[in-house]
Amino acid sequence: MKSTPLTDTHIALGAKMAEFAGYNMPISYAGIRDEHEAVRNGVGVFDVSHMGEFVIKGKEAFDLLQKVTSNNVAKLEIGDAQYSCLPNENGGIVDDLLVYRLPEDKCAEGERAYMVVVNASNIEKDWNWIEKHNSFEAEMHNISYRSGLLAVQGPKAHEAMQSLTDVDLAGMKYYTFKKGVFAGIENVIISATGYTGSGGFELYCDNKDMKKLWDAVMEAGKDWNITPCGLGARDTLRLEMGFALYGNDINDTTSPIEAGLGWITKTKKGDFTSRDIFAKQREEGTERKLVGFVLSDRRAPRHDYPIVNEAGEEIGIVTSGTISPSLDKPIGMGYVKKEYAKAGTPIKVMARKKALEGVVTKPPFYKV
Amino acid sequence: MSNTPKELKYTKEHEWIRVEDGNIAYVGVTDHAQSELGEIVYVEVDTVGEEVAADEVFGTVEAVKTTSDLFMPITGKVLEFNPELSEDEADNPAAINEDPYGKGWIVKVEISDPEELAALLDAAAYTDLIA
Repeated sequence: MKSTPLTDTHIALGAKMAEFAGYNMPISYAGIRDEHEAVRNGVGVFDVSHMGEFVIKGKEAFDLLQKVTSNNVAKLEIGDAQYSCLPNENGGIVDDLLVYRLPEDKCAEGERAYMVVVNASNIEKDWNWIEKHNSFEAEMHNISYRSGLLAVQGPKAHEAMQSLTDVDLAGMKYYTFKKGVFAGIENVIISATGYTGSGGFELYCDNKDMKKLWDAVMEAGKDWNITPCGLGARDTLRLEMGFALYGNDINDTTSPIEAGLGWITKTKKGDFTSRDIFAKQREEGTERKLVGFVLSDRRAPRHDYPIVNEAGEEIGIVTSGTISPSLDKPIGMGYVKKEYAKAGTPIKVMARKKALEGVVTKPPFYKV
Repeated sequence: MSNTPKELKYTKEHEWIRVEDGNIAYVGVTDHAQSELGEIVYVEVDTVGEEVAADEVFGTVEAVKTTSDLFMPITGKVLEFNPELSEDEADNPAAINEDPYGKGWIVKVEISDPEELAALLDAAAYTDLIA
């Protein structure tokens, strides 16, 4: 099992650890609900150094990314980030990812540089996929194994972290980033992004500086009761927002159109993998759709539980579910046949022999 | 380090059973189990009044992160669901996290065949299992 530069720190803090995507990761410290609450109302910090990062650079780096990703890379100015996905050739999803357009200070004339951030479980798959399509003048560098990532999330993240940098944190727009000095560490990418819906930053830095970064973040956040958070709270937070999780809600067999990711699938941008399939799906609709739902039971929906209609006929399957800590209600996401996808449609989730009643609900479940 | 009292018997599915006088026993989940599950938010027992065979499901524990079935350590009749946990009464499922062998007991049962107890794990064997 692999470690992040902070695995020992998490163990010393008494975190409950588990293997995730090959890494020994913290699942929770004080408890998922406390960590969740800290991010919704204060500030929390997550070590997500397991995520993968590739730098793609060259005269045709743009063309490569425009070909392999679904969103429109042409929209990115230097300092912008974009949520996107890598479609496969059958209209499925290889991975979802963030694309950053980097400063060009290390680029030769006419070159561009991007960083893509991918799911830990897909690092090799994504690398091979992009490389296979790299018939362009573009160099690829896998920096995953020397790059760490801290997510400092929550409405108090700006004020709690401002003492660590000259970059005006409160002034940063969502989905932009700056490269700068943070906690005395040079060349930190300070990105106004996250997977929680409560605002904050993601900080990319070299593995060798991660411990220093963690300590500085914890110290600076002390007056705001900054809370170390694990992957358990990361999951409940993203699920309350209806953010898809690769491997659960989206995978090689789900299309971004049916997964509600039409907004990152720009079929008019020019050619890219599976564009024609997506254009057709957009025009004709898909047979199934990923929806959110809220149950009126106390039991939680879980991955792979069947979804049935009022007559008991199977109409879909749960992809993610939990008890929402903010709402104190069971929430979930799943694929249902298109005729059941409208908000307000009554459905039932089968928790083995028990039918849990619920209703299709448009995420986010929690309004920040 | 998990607490595993010597006087109890255990299952591989992380339940404990404490035999009181005669054929009456209490069943719950172990300290190790509650720690692995994390914050327990709901307990459902829909077998009160029923005879449930050993290794059959008698209820469900819902934690934030996961759902776990509860298995009978031994064949018996479910006499009572702990009112501390029941949503119709105290509705305090966190009692399992706080005191898994005490106020967090889950069901009271009447054992059908005390000889089945011999098949369960003792504290040493259970400690080895979770080591």
